[in-house]
Amino acid sequence: MRDVSIIGVGITKFGELWDKSLRELGLETGLAAINDAGITSNDIDALYIGNMAAGSTLQQEHVSALIADYCGLANQNIPATRVEAASASGGLAIRQAYMAIAGGFIDVAVVGGAEKMTDVSDSESSYTVSMGSDEQWEAKAGATFTSLHAIIAQNHILEYGTTREQLSAVAAKNHYHASLNPMAQFPFALDPTAVSKSGMVSTPLRMLDCAPNSDGAAAVVLCASEKAQKYTDKAIKIIGSGQASDTLSLHHRKYLHRFPAINIAAKKAFEDCNKKPSDLDVIEVHDNFTISEIIALEEIGVFNRGEAAQKSMEGETRLGGIMPTNTSGGLKARGHAPGATGIAQIIELVKQLRGEAGDRQVENAKLALAENHGGTAATAVVHILEAE
Amino acid sequence: MNGIVSYGAYIPSHKIETGEIASVWGADGSAWAKNLNVYSKSVPGPDEDVITIAVEATRIAMKRAKLNGTKIGAIYTGSESHPYAVKPTSTIVAEAIGATPNLTAADFEFACKAGTAAIQTCLGIVGNKQVENGIAIGVDTSQGAPGDALEYSASAGGGTMIIGKEKVIATINHTTSYTTDTPDFWRREGQKYPRHGGRFTGKPAFFKHVMMCGKMIMDMAGSKPEDYDYVVTHQPNGKFPIRAAKSLGFTEEQYKTGLLTPRIGNTYSGAIFLGLSAILDIAKPGDRILAVAYGSGAGSDGFDLTVTDEIAKMDRSETVEDMISRMEIINYATYAKYRGKLNMGDSK
Amino acid sequence: MSVPRFWRELDTRYNLIGSYCKITNTYHYPRRSFNPEAGRDSIGSMEDYQFKGTGTVVTATVVHQAQTGYEMFGPYCMAIIELDEGPRITSQIVDCEPNNVKSGMKVKSVFRKLGEDSESGILHYGTKFILSEKTNTEDSNEDTIENIEL
Repeated sequence: MRDVSIIGVGITKFGELWDKSLRELGLETGLAAINDAGITSNDIDALYIGNMAAGSTLQQEHVSALIADYCGLANQNIPATRVEAASASGGLAIRQAYMAIAGGFIDVAVVGGAEKMTDVSDSESSYTVSMGSDEQWEAKAGATFTSLHAIIAQNHILEYGTTREQLSAVAAKNHYHASLNPMAQFPFALDPTAVSKSGMVSTPLRMLDCAPNSDGAAAVVLCASEKAQKYTDKAIKIIGSGQASDTLSLHHRKYLHRFPAINIAAKKAFEDCNKKPSDLDVIEVHDNFTISEIIALEEIGVFNRGEAAQKSMEGETRLGGIMPTNTSGGLKARGHAPGATGIAQIIELVKQLRGEAGDRQVENAKLALAENHGGTAATAVVHILEAE
Repeated sequence: MNGIVSYGAYIPSHKIETGEIASVWGADGSAWAKNLNVYSKSVPGPDEDVITIAVEATRIAMKRAKLNGTKIGAIYTGSESHPYAVKPTSTIVAEAIGATPNLTAADFEFACKAGTAAIQTCLGIVGNKQVENGIAIGVDTSQGAPGDALEYSASAGGGTMIIGKEKVIATINHTTSYTTDTPDFWRREGQKYPRHGGRFTGKPAFFKHVMMCGKMIMDMAGSKPEDYDYVVTHQPNGKFPIRAAKSLGFTEEQYKTGLLTPRIGNTYSGAIFLGLSAILDIAKPGDRILAVAYGSGAGSDGFDLTVTDEIAKMDRSETVEDMISRMEIINYATYAKYRGKLNMGDSK
Repeated sequence: MSVPRFWRELDTRYNLIGSYCKITNTYHYPRRSFNPEAGRDSIGSMEDYQFKGTGTVVTATVVHQAQTGYEMFGPYCMAIIELDEGPRITSQIVDCEPNNVKSGMKVKSVFRKLGEDSESGILHYGTKFILSEKTNTEDSNEDTIENIEL
């Protein structure tokens, strides 16, 4: 196996991008990543596209060929592959490129993630998100995506005594981080009491516990580490990669307050690089709901089970805390464009490890972890990055 | 003798009071309630319709008789609010009670007496040994146009009678019908709400048919009103059935058990099934029952029944009274939402 | 949903038909031809089984922003229910005050309309649940008063 590095990144602001199409978003971030990496299109061996829902939202499948074509790569006949695992599509696309390069099949890959969630009505985009759960036996039965996480939250509350204030602290912290990130969808601070008083969506989860359904795109260039210095001197190495799955339906799980797939994917990633959670300097986790961030922190092993909520409340996941989490603002405040989210997480960590994170820079960040999952964590992907 | 092997009833668990409906239209609620003798009416939930009510009532009947679906040779569902214009309710009921595929099935429509026409059909095919047991269902979720007099009474509910020859709980000694072409009430194809002839629905329609049929069935049986323990007739409101029963020579003691409309409204095809179910819930061996259905358009079906010893062995829990007592009051806004009276435009 | 997609699972939805694994003596819902616990040996050893339709609420939530097709119910109760035979199922609990539904409550199945393809499309029927015992509304009134005082 060869080492793999990230040599270029490009991202759009997430949000309601009324004037941008999926293909334009793909082109914009792809070009930005290529420019950042200092490569030309002739250097690209393969393209990977993370996208969850173009078929439902745009009636367009085959988006790998679409983006390759629109980016001018069609005349080079570059292999282009779409990767789909609900909201984990982006993270999983990176893992596919990582494996292809590590395995020696290719040297340079562009991994793009793009999603258009606002080209359909709110109810259609919500239903599209539900398709990441079991459409027939959960969504069709009346369970919204939020209601499934509400059931998870209730079980976490029952098991560990997690409180409303602790959940609100997670959202408020992510908004604080977003206020330092000009690329965030909601770049403003939010009082935790506003979260606690926001409208009920599904008990106990409220509107401001939930991440938005955003438009957005993100792209990275991956390169065999041995060839990276040919293009850049700011390469960031991927030193661990893990992926795991679980039952699609929440009701088939033994525990309703855990995401075991995250735990297994993280263990695999840590084994790859012989590191442990306490070695990490900064992490991005999949906070599609506040409860998800708390559980992710416990599954990765940053905190003991049942302690992440209180640690969050005490500021330990905030910039300056023992484990700055979601310095980008997370899904909650940077925005959540499913196919792009896993890639946006990696980009935030690359910026932190390069020391380019501006006002939200974690001092001396050397080791970082990204956790991205789909559905109620029926797919989880974890990557560990290290500054070279 | 052939007759009723088992029975089951279902009334939705929501109700709206007459005063609440009247307040929406600025009408005098207590006057309406008193005039119609209807004080509340049942309202189906957003996920209830003729098919779900038919299935629930039939499952109760099957459980009581400890029958499994393979013993059922026919299902006929009488209703004027079948969810499909083309596609039978009865096949869905058959599937839901495990009676498929060895049976015959069809849907009936004859305004409020479609269900009793189904009982007569079952009697025929049980009598000539075509089937062992046949299921007759009378059920409706009818609607009155907002503000129309019908809105105070049109409600939802239904019942199932399993007709057969083994372990009969009530023999059907006689049945007869009285049928004319009388356009007192109708709904044209594609129309959401029915229309009616106002006071024309009374004397030349309901009263003429119910009275004539009642007399015919008693002539046939050689019986007099005092021979019966119970009488039940169709009950479009709380007044007509009392007047008809009294005119035929019956007393309050005989008609009060089967008279449900004052509390649950007019369940159309379900009315005679629910009234008869309420009587069977408490009837003793040897009791005699006279039942006269009425359907607009118009016709009446009469039945002379005798309760047998078998009824004492039957589990008669889940009674009509239980279902009435669990009904929870909802307001007009919720009623309008549940009954699809809100204009949702293309938003859905 | 296409007609055959719903039709092929009619008995699973109407009559709670699932599977019983003769190897592990366990019950499964919805119907499956393979039991992951028993591996490939289970193929051919899975029998149809009709669940009794009784169970217990594991966790319930009150949905205020309704799922598409459930707008007319809001707010409504969604729950994970454990059937008496063991398997769990996600279902709406209807005909109740949704806030009164608590873990441990007994439920039973009812036949309800699940939805429709469109105003002119096919109707979908299947199983939902109701509380077996009527909840004590006096208790819930006390809860409400307590909440107001807080």
